Amino acid sequence: MTTIAVSVPVQDSRDRRIPLGVVRDTFEITRRNLIGYRRVPQLLVFSTIQPVIFVVMFRYVFGGAISVPGRVAYVDFLMPGIFVQTVVFGAIATAIGLATDLKSGLMERFHALPMARSAVLAGRTTADLSRNVFVVVLMMVVGFLVGWRVQTNVWGLLGAALLVLFFGYAMSWVFAVVGLAVGDPESAQAAAFPVLAPLVFASSAFVPVSSMPGWLQAFANNQPVSATASAVRALTLGGATGSEVWRAIAWCAGTLVVFAPVAVRLYRRKV
Amino acid sequence: MKEKAIAVHDLRKRFGNVTALDGIDFDVERGTVFGLLGPNGAGKTTAVRVLATVLRPDGGHAEVLGRDVVREADAVRRRIGLAGQNAAVDPNLTGRENLRMVGMLGQMQRADVMPRAEELLRRFDLSGAADRPLRTYSGGMRRRLDVAASLMPRPPVLFLDEPTTGLDLPSREELWDMIRELVSDGTTVLLTTQYLEEADRLAHRIAVVDGGKIIANDTPGRLKAQMGAVVVEMALPGDGRADRAVGLLAERLRDRVEREGDTVRITSDRGARVLWDILRALDGADLEPDSLTVREPSMDDVFLALTGHHVTPGRPGPQGSATSDPEGVGR
Repeated sequence: MTTIAVSVPVQDSRDRRIPLGVVRDTFEITRRNLIGYRRVPQLLVFSTIQPVIFVVMFRYVFGGAISVPGRVAYVDFLMPGIFVQTVVFGAIATAIGLATDLKSGLMERFHALPMARSAVLAGRTTADLSRNVFVVVLMMVVGFLVGWRVQTNVWGLLGAALLVLFFGYAMSWVFAVVGLAVGDPESAQAAAFPVLAPLVFASSAFVPVSSMPGWLQAFANNQPVSATASAVRALTLGGATGSEVWRAIAWCAGTLVVFAPVAVRLYRRKV
Repeated sequence: MKEKAIAVHDLRKRFGNVTALDGIDFDVERGTVFGLLGPNGAGKTTAVRVLATVLRPDGGHAEVLGRDVVREADAVRRRIGLAGQNAAVDPNLTGRENLRMVGMLGQMQRADVMPRAEELLRRFDLSGAADRPLRTYSGGMRRRLDVAASLMPRPPVLFLDEPTTGLDLPSREELWDMIRELVSDGTTVLLTTQYLEEADRLAHRIAVVDGGKIIANDTPGRLKAQMGAVVVEMALPGDGRADRAVGLLAERLRDRVEREGDTVRITSDRGARVLWDILRALDGADLEPDSLTVREPSMDDVFLALTGHHVTPGRPGPQGSATSDPEGVGR
C-alpha cells in the first residue's frame, strides 16, 4: 500500500483577502479626509471666501474695464472662469493634505498596513472631489446672486458642473505630484502657487485671450484652464458646445493620464 | 522546527553616501522582547523601517515569521504592528475613529473592529478621551493611542521605534507594563531605544548598534556584567591628584579604573561594596575627592566599554535628546 503525501498549504487566516478590498480601503481614506474637512472648517471657509472675493472684485471692480466679444454680459463670461479657478485653487488642498501625511508619519503607517497601495491617493482625491461638489454648488449660488444667468437649460448647467468637477479631479492629481514631491505642508503651499498662477491668470478665465500679446495668446489658448472655461461658457451660454466640450474633456483626461502615474510613482518611492 | 519571529541576515541600506545599515545580523525568538540600543543615527530606525516593509533594503535578507520582507511584503504587513517615533495618527480624527481606520485598513473583519477598538481604549486608559480629536491629546496620550492603533489587528510581531522618547516617567512606566503584558500573551516585540535602562528592563536580548553595525548582542545581564552594575565618578582636580588616585585604586581594586581629565571613574559589578573600598583607599592616602557621584551605567558607558570611545561626537548623546529631531534619524 502506498501513501501519497499531499501537502496542503497552511491556510493562514491572516492571509484571507477581503473582496473589493481596494474599494473598502479607498472609502476608508476618503472618509478620514472628509472628517478632516468637517473638523477643521477653516480650510473650507477660507477656500470659499477667496473665490467669493474674486467674484466681487472682477464683477464690480475690474469688470467695467473688461470688454468681452459678442453680446455677452461680463458676469456670464466671468462665472465659468470663476468655477474653473476655484477648483484649481482648491486642488492645493490635495498637495497640502498629502504633504502633511508624509511629514506626520501617517504615510509610513499606511505603508506598513496590508491595505491597497492605491487607496491613499485615490481616497485623497476622492475626498477633494466631494469637497468640490459642495464648493461648486456654492459658487453657482453666489453667481446667481450677482446676476449670472444660464442661457441654455438645466442640462447645460448640469454638464457644466460635471465638467468643472472632472477638471478639478484632474487638477488634484497635478497637485498630488506637487505635494508628494515637496513633502512638507508649508513648502507645498509655496510650491503650488507658481504652478497655478500661470494656468489661472494666463488663461481665458477672467479676460478674453484676444486682449493678450501674441506670444501669451499661444499659451493661453492651449492650456486646460482656458479649454475648460470655454467649454463651461459654451454649456451655459450656448454656441459651439460639442467641440468645446470634447476639447476640454480631452485636456482633463490628458492631464490625468500624465500626472496620475507620476503621483503613484512618487508615492511608492516616498515613504 | 519553529521558525524565528524575526531573522535578519547581512542587511544593508544606504541613503546617498550615508551608510545607514552596514550589514547587520540578528534573530529574535518568538514571544520575546528584542532591544536595539544605540544613539541617534546608529541605524535603529532604518532597521525597523526595513523590517516593517516601509523601506526596501539594498542588500541582505530579512524575514518576519518566515515571510520575506521584500518578496512577501503584504504577508509581512498582515503580521506586524508598527508604532513609529512620531505618533502617526490623524490629528483630526477622534481616538475611536483613528483605531477604526487602522483596523479597517489592517483588513480586520468589520464586526471585529469596534469591539477591538473599545477593548484597546480601555486597556490604554483612553476611554474617556475616545471621542475627542487627537489634536487635543497630550503627548503621552497620543503615544498611547499610536501604540493602541498598532495593536488593532492583533499582530503577532510588534515594532516599537523609541516608544517612550519624550514621555514623562509615569507614562513611560505605564507603557513598559503594557509591553510586558503583550509579551506574556505571546507577542514578539522589537524595540529601539536610546536608554540603557529601558532596554535592560524590557528586553530579553539587546543588540547595541553603532554606525550601522551591531557591536554587541547579548542578554542584558551579560552586557551589564561586561560593563559593571555601578559607576562611581570622582573629581580630583589639581596637583596630579587624579593620577595618584588612579594608581592607588588600580592597585587595590579588582574593578575597572579610568581617568578622564580630573575625573576618576570606577566601573564595578560589586554594587555599594566598592564605595567602601574606594573611600578607605583614598582616606589612607589623604586624597579627598571634591565631588563624588554613584550612578547606574548609561548608554555612553556601554559604548565606552564596548568600543573604547564615547557615543560618536557630533551626534546627540543619550542625554538631552528626548526631543531630538526624528528627521535626522536613520534617513
